[in-house]
Amino acid sequence: MLQPTLDYEQVGLVAGLEVHQQLLTERKMFCHCPAGLYTREHDGVVLRHMRPTLSELGEYDGTALMEFKTRKNIIYLLHESNVCTYEMDDTPPFLVNQQALDVAIEQCLMLGCDIVDEVHIARKQYLDGSIPTGFQRTAIVGVNGHLPFRGRQLGITQVSVEEDSCREVADRGHLVVWRTDRLGMPLIETVTEPELRTPEEVAEAIMLIGLVCRSTGHVRTGLGASRQDINVSVRGGRRVEIKGVPQAGWAPALVHGEAWRQVNLLGLRDELVRRGFRGPDDLTVDRVDVTELLAASRVDYLRREGWQKLIEAEGRRPGLELGEGPFRVWALRLPGLAGTLDWPTQPGYVFASELAGRVRVVSGLDLPPVLLYRGNWPSGAAGELELLNKRLAGGDGDDWVVVWGPEQDLHTAAGEVRLRYLDALEGVPSETRQAFADGHTDFERILPGPDRMYPDTDSPPTCMTRERVEALRRALPPPPWERQRRYAEAGLATKTIEYLIRRGGAALVDRVVERCGADLRQAGIFFGERLRGLARRGVDVTAIAADRWEQLFELLVEQPLLWEVWAELVRIMVEERTSSPADLAAAREWGRPPPNWPELLERLLARKPDHRLDESGRWRFYMGLAMDELRGRVAGAEVAALLQERPEVRGEVR
Amino acid sequence: MSEGSDEFKGYRGRALRHLRQWGVRVWSDVRVRNDAGSVFEGVILPRSESFDDLHIVIKLKNGYNVGVHVDRVVDVEELGYKKATYKIPEQEFPRRRDLPAVTLLGTGGTIASRLDYRTGAVIPAFTPGELYGAVPELADICNLKTEKLFGVFSENMAREQYLILARKIGEEIAAGVDGIVIGHGTDTMGHTAAVLSFMVQDSPVPIVLVGSQRSSDRPSSDAALNLIHAVRAAAYGDIAEVQICMFGPTSDRYGLLHRGTRCRKMHSSYRSAFRTIGAIPLALVDMKRFHYLTNDYLRRDRSRQVRIDAVYDDRVTIIYYYPGMAPDVVDAMVDRGYRGIVIAGTGLGHVNKPLYPALKRAVARGVHVVMTVQTLWGYAQMYVYDTGRDLLDLGVVPLDNMLPETALMKLCWVLGHTDDHDEVLQLMRKPINHEITEREPHNGYLILQGGLPETEQYIASHWK
Repeated sequence: MLQPTLDYEQVGLVAGLEVHQQLLTERKMFCHCPAGLYTREHDGVVLRHMRPTLSELGEYDGTALMEFKTRKNIIYLLHESNVCTYEMDDTPPFLVNQQALDVAIEQCLMLGCDIVDEVHIARKQYLDGSIPTGFQRTAIVGVNGHLPFRGRQLGITQVSVEEDSCREVADRGHLVVWRTDRLGMPLIETVTEPELRTPEEVAEAIMLIGLVCRSTGHVRTGLGASRQDINVSVRGGRRVEIKGVPQAGWAPALVHGEAWRQVNLLGLRDELVRRGFRGPDDLTVDRVDVTELLAASRVDYLRREGWQKLIEAEGRRPGLELGEGPFRVWALRLPGLAGTLDWPTQPGYVFASELAGRVRVVSGLDLPPVLLYRGNWPSGAAGELELLNKRLAGGDGDDWVVVWGPEQDLHTAAGEVRLRYLDALEGVPSETRQAFADGHTDFERILPGPDRMYPDTDSPPTCMTRERVEALRRALPPPPWERQRRYAEAGLATKTIEYLIRRGGAALVDRVVERCGADLRQAGIFFGERLRGLARRGVDVTAIAADRWEQLFELLVEQPLLWEVWAELVRIMVEERTSSPADLAAAREWGRPPPNWPELLERLLARKPDHRLDESGRWRFYMGLAMDELRGRVAGAEVAALLQERPEVRGEVR
Repeated sequence: MSEGSDEFKGYRGRALRHLRQWGVRVWSDVRVRNDAGSVFEGVILPRSESFDDLHIVIKLKNGYNVGVHVDRVVDVEELGYKKATYKIPEQEFPRRRDLPAVTLLGTGGTIASRLDYRTGAVIPAFTPGELYGAVPELADICNLKTEKLFGVFSENMAREQYLILARKIGEEIAAGVDGIVIGHGTDTMGHTAAVLSFMVQDSPVPIVLVGSQRSSDRPSSDAALNLIHAVRAAAYGDIAEVQICMFGPTSDRYGLLHRGTRCRKMHSSYRSAFRTIGAIPLALVDMKRFHYLTNDYLRRDRSRQVRIDAVYDDRVTIIYYYPGMAPDVVDAMVDRGYRGIVIAGTGLGHVNKPLYPALKRAVARGVHVVMTVQTLWGYAQMYVYDTGRDLLDLGVVPLDNMLPETALMKLCWVLGHTDDHDEVLQLMRKPINHEITEREPHNGYLILQGGLPETEQYIASHWK
């Protein structure tokens, strides 16, 4: 897609990050289920609904109400191996996982955060069903941190711990299906200050914070183990949260697209104000029932029987996916709003898609194209267009959209169309938007406010003792920027450094350097390049525990000669897991030259190489023969020196 | 100003001294800076008195709470003061001539509530207007009247509350209501349902006890749906008995109506904790229909005269037998003047031999000793084994398949009428409303055992 250019500084682009990272704990956050055990099957199903609770003022929170309006039937798929009755909200929480709190403290220390003295668990309401309780348990562990970024300090607002939510299986009409295996896994959320200024900075900050998380050595890796929310606004706009960005590479297009969208929405606001729209009283959406008018439409889904056929084919069941009421088609007349439906928003999208997003999520009318207007009217149905234009004849300044489906949902849809235009009067609504790989976003929900947070009365606070924090600080691995500097100085390649920090090999490198006196560059190349190569050839190097790597390096420091058989040694270590590397080497007589090895050389020199070989060819021939016998026992250099002097190699004897 | 006053709710010792010194209090909107230069802006919240006196709790602007150690605070600035008002706004409950009249009696616990977002405190909604705000669906079901009788946790329900409740039910029936709902904490809901089954007989209208297993301040609470089901059962149901209305499955699907004498809370926290024991429930109720599971119940009949028989003698105890129980446990009860002992015996209704002399002494002192089974399902059948026959000879009276708690409540009620041994035993053994049944249907005992292929197949094909 062609990306229009934008001067980010001029439009006042501001972005911040919320980086979510799963922790490598044995158990979940608030119960004793195993963490990280995913299943594709289920052996139980639960149906629930969410009901908003009355807010402080005895009113329903806007977001909560929106989510209640969707009247979602929520189905949870359970498997006994990874969920218990806690996840299903049938048992109160157990005490918070202290291992998770420890990792959060490590993250805080790495980012220079001030650890909160007493951690209080809060509930953050979500009514979309992604968490069966209707809220996520979460707590701030540290505040006021920073990390070095592009020659300046990037502020860290807070680091918190929280429980992960369900994985969505399907969302169709009024039914959403969630798989519960991931639910309750411990996460840390690292929140930056809104101090990022360009889409590229956002991508870079994601990478850097990811490195910090991984530097603790206590986080999960792999698909879905880390997810980012990017908060974006431009001057005059509002914070929009782009949710669930799986990798840094998506960020530039998403941030750019959102900045573009906000600039355009601000333009639309000015246009609406220019036309005299000031507040709710100026905005009307007339509902005109056009079911009979379109009864003979060539567009299948606009006719009752065509639509019926479609929902049957889609497997939409009454009382589950399907909304209530008879099938109707409504035209929503938009007085004074001509031209606004085609108003550009994100690159390649127009304002009608903003309406469609809200209608899809809130009313449950999600069958494409969700709504019709002049701009997406199906080809070959010009007659219907004419009928509608005639029926809806108003001033030139009017426009309309058409929605269809069960009548109850049409009421919701009409209400949402009006609400979205009301928001347009303000410019940019605060909302959470779902990210897609192609760089576009779609409406997910209204952005939750602080009103949706309240104390978790089921959980006592945890006092963070000085002893605990200091013990973790003493064992803290170095932050990535410190390692990056040290490794680069030792002469390691940037790619190798990145790999070591992301994949956890850095901890081993530092360990063998510190404890065995290994050479940093040699150890870095070993863990960051050589072992990778071996792993690619099918050797399960992950089977070797840290203490055995340490034993190996003790041996290598003592007997550098064994570097010549490192690959064989590692192979054997994988196979024979109970013996020490020293014993394994000794059993093969590695490190001990045969007493008669020059005689052995004599014997080999009796063999004749191919007569066509030149001197270096002959040298390689004899060297190969010799090292097959002597590798790991006599240094190659020593053998080479001897061979080089021999007439058989030099070609003086034939 | 004393410790624990409202201004410093929950703060004591060092934390309290510091708050005073800083000139701030609970609900103060503050900016606090600590020795690391971190700034916390928000409202000082009340603190639980069971927590230490070293931290103050601040609700930050972003909604999170943190505890700040008082020794680390270097600077406090009061920006304002925002006291929480624990009041729920009322909306008038709409009334319609065509809808039945239901009275909701409150005993405590919250079936509907609003949440204080700052403290997490739950403010119960109880007047019709408050309930209408929280569960608007109620207005489509009935014309609701409410009366709060007491505000106690269900474990604090006892003689006084039972008597008041029974008499109040009588008054409401006399006033012509179409049904009565009793909001009740779930822990002892079974006990209350049992005792009301004896105190309120021949009711012309349904009397429905209801509660919730997840508090109503949670989006996923069962409270609203339970209340809707219960109000529907009271307004339109045909069963004019004391009954419990709680979730059938843990899914939001339907409620079950359980007979008051045969129902028990069988899980400490599950939504579907309430089960009928040794029989089947009376009916299923959901948003649209009633599905009666049996014909054997008292029909709604406005012409029937209710009998309110509110008496209760609480000098009765329950002894849960265990191997090696010493006889002095029984002796102590007798010596302390208890008039009735319900034994929850092992198996078919057994205790060990060393207890015999103590039981003999109890019976000789005129104490009424009855036997139930701690297996909950099944009958006390004391003529099967020697032990049982010996106990019968000692004067211990088996109560067949009466639930232990039901037996306790019934013995209290019976002793409110008479202390004559023969009369007591005759009343205990004569069922008033199915507390003893002659037959146990084979589907009255069903505890599906997980892991079995057929159970797993069932679970996989039904919403739990």
